[in-house]
Amino acid sequence: MRVALFVTCVNDAVYPSTGIATVRLLERLGVEVDFPEAQTCCGQPQFNTGYRAQTEPLVRRTAAAFEGYEYVVTPSGSCAAMVRQHYPKIGDASAAALASRTYELTEFLVDVLRVTDVGAYFPHTVTYHPSCHGLRMLGLGDRPRRLLEAVDGLELRELPGADECCGFGGTFALKNSDVSTAMGQDKVNNAVSTGADVLCGADNSCLMHIGGVLRREEAPLRALHLADILASTREEPLV
Amino acid sequence: MSGTFVGMPSFPRAAKEAVHNKTLRDNLRHATHTIRDKRAKAVAELADWAELREAGKQIKDHTLRHLDRYLVQLESRVTEAGGTVHWAADADEANRIVADLVKATGESEVVKVKSMATQEIGLNEALEAEGIAAYETDLAELIVQLGDDRPSHILVPAIHRNRGEIRDIFREKMADWGRAAPHGLSDTPADLAEAARLHLREKFLRAKVGISGANFMVAETGTLVVFESEGNGRMCLTLPETLISVVGIEKVVPTWRDLEVFLQTLPRSSTAERMNPYTSTWTGTADGDGPRTFHLVLLDNGRTDTLADEVGRQALRCIRCSACLNVCPVYERAGGHAYGSVYPGPIGAILSPQLRGTQSEIDASLPYASSLCGACYEVCPVAIDIPEVLVHLRERVADQGGKGHRVEKAAMKAAGWVLDHPGVLGAGERVASRTRKLHPSKLPGAGAWTRSRELPEMPAEPFRDWWKKNRKPKSDGKKP
Repeated sequence: MRVALFVTCVNDAVYPSTGIATVRLLERLGVEVDFPEAQTCCGQPQFNTGYRAQTEPLVRRTAAAFEGYEYVVTPSGSCAAMVRQHYPKIGDASAAALASRTYELTEFLVDVLRVTDVGAYFPHTVTYHPSCHGLRMLGLGDRPRRLLEAVDGLELRELPGADECCGFGGTFALKNSDVSTAMGQDKVNNAVSTGADVLCGADNSCLMHIGGVLRREEAPLRALHLADILASTREEPLV
Repeated sequence: MSGTFVGMPSFPRAAKEAVHNKTLRDNLRHATHTIRDKRAKAVAELADWAELREAGKQIKDHTLRHLDRYLVQLESRVTEAGGTVHWAADADEANRIVADLVKATGESEVVKVKSMATQEIGLNEALEAEGIAAYETDLAELIVQLGDDRPSHILVPAIHRNRGEIRDIFREKMADWGRAAPHGLSDTPADLAEAARLHLREKFLRAKVGISGANFMVAETGTLVVFESEGNGRMCLTLPETLISVVGIEKVVPTWRDLEVFLQTLPRSSTAERMNPYTSTWTGTADGDGPRTFHLVLLDNGRTDTLADEVGRQALRCIRCSACLNVCPVYERAGGHAYGSVYPGPIGAILSPQLRGTQSEIDASLPYASSLCGACYEVCPVAIDIPEVLVHLRERVADQGGKGHRVEKAAMKAAGWVLDHPGVLGAGERVASRTRKLHPSKLPGAGAWTRSRELPEMPAEPFRDWWKKNRKPKSDGKKP
């Protein structure tokens, strides 16, 4: 099976390790991965801030970049939701077609490859934050948790108020910085209360915000993308 | 704190104050989480909740599509039943109509059952200017009025107050408005409720004019409907000689049958009750029973403009249950006052800028008062896609330009150009990665981020460079 990786602009520029982890994970599972280099950003920051005219060329570019691939996989619930929910409204037929072929990573693993045990090894206590767009717009349900529970050595701890927003919200984090930070601090306090070593999520944009608060508050845990954990094995463990 | 919302600062500034007010944060957190959890249980009891939600949406959409027809039908039924219908295009006209009706009775005080429409138009202030005292009789509204405060929640207007604060308000202010608080009043709920009951009973028995809102108006019979918990509404609706109801035009439903849906969804969504304690209905006037004179003031005040907007019109489906407030993480931190309107929370963020336009500072900031987490859409019993309307209104605000948006638009255009040129993007990423050790810990212009959060460390190389080095030779790089 051959898939196109939609790495997303945040992962490309700031969190390449998540893109690399996604490639290694998929290859380990026997999937051939392509990275169409014409891809850039899905246009969500522009669209959600009210700049539809600036969104349209990015929708066209993204749709063209992934033309012809049967499966497009992305390690971001938020970007997948943008493509799935909004592309059919903004773009032409090829954008609508991309929407139906785009999968968030955990959806692709569980629904298409039909695996929950991906052979990962990660000997840490982990608490999982389901980001809003994956949770509500994509309806990821318990897919990420099932994948985490099957990881060898991993102990999953329940996050209080898990389904509450972390406060990132794209430009919301800047435009309403005080409220955004207050939400982030509550998320961090809840994560600390679990006693876990790692706060895991499936969206690096949310983790950039949560991780930023974690580090400012010197909280005793770190933020990690789900793909980084799933890519970790006994042979090549993520420490 | 004044009783009106005029001249509110923009949302981020108003929210900043609330975020740092610990008492307010604690009060709100406790109250919203309690109602939120109870609501979830009450909703889970109904196997057909999804169907009820869809039915409520369909009924409201159908009615809004044929609003002209149903309003005319309503007018003729109310008139046939002995009532008088007045049409008010805006707040000023509605206030003038009500003030003239009260003056015609010769009275100088009125009792009110909680009505958001009258708060929306500032009726109490308008009546005061005409020498007429308006007494709020809803318990929470009473607390807000005595405290010279503003409501901060649709269903629980005094949600921002705790018991101790309420006791202090009663002790200090009740005597100025009528019967004083009992001596040595404690802060136990039963004592506070009894103090309010004694204070209000005096007003109910004296009042000759009552002013109400309505949750629904039934076009086929000309009947108005109020859902309430305390019984104060029934007092206001039955004891006075004259009843004036001020209702937004979107509150009409075609038939009694339609109410069955909302009788189930509204109480569960708002108070987490299977049914609200009091449902009062009235149709015109009846000899020897209730008010002898009935006036219905149908309020537009921006509603037909809202109806004209294909995306935004869904806000008019709102049945004011406040479920969206109770789940909203932004409302929970910012409090209701930050929204600068009688309609706070997610619904306020889409309703106020439509009813009032987006020209003022506060109204231009409201569409951005959300992280677009979608919790509001998920709980809405009439399926208003609030995030969709927020983004739609952001387009309107961005288009009109104004403070900050010209610079932002230029930045978005520049970013759009870079993102449309992957080569340029890759080069930029490379520069950022290679100079990462030189980055100042606090980037200029990123203050809104770095005041409270660390910036992520830039990686040694962007993903696309890793790909070129490690994978590209294996892949032909061509599409399948």
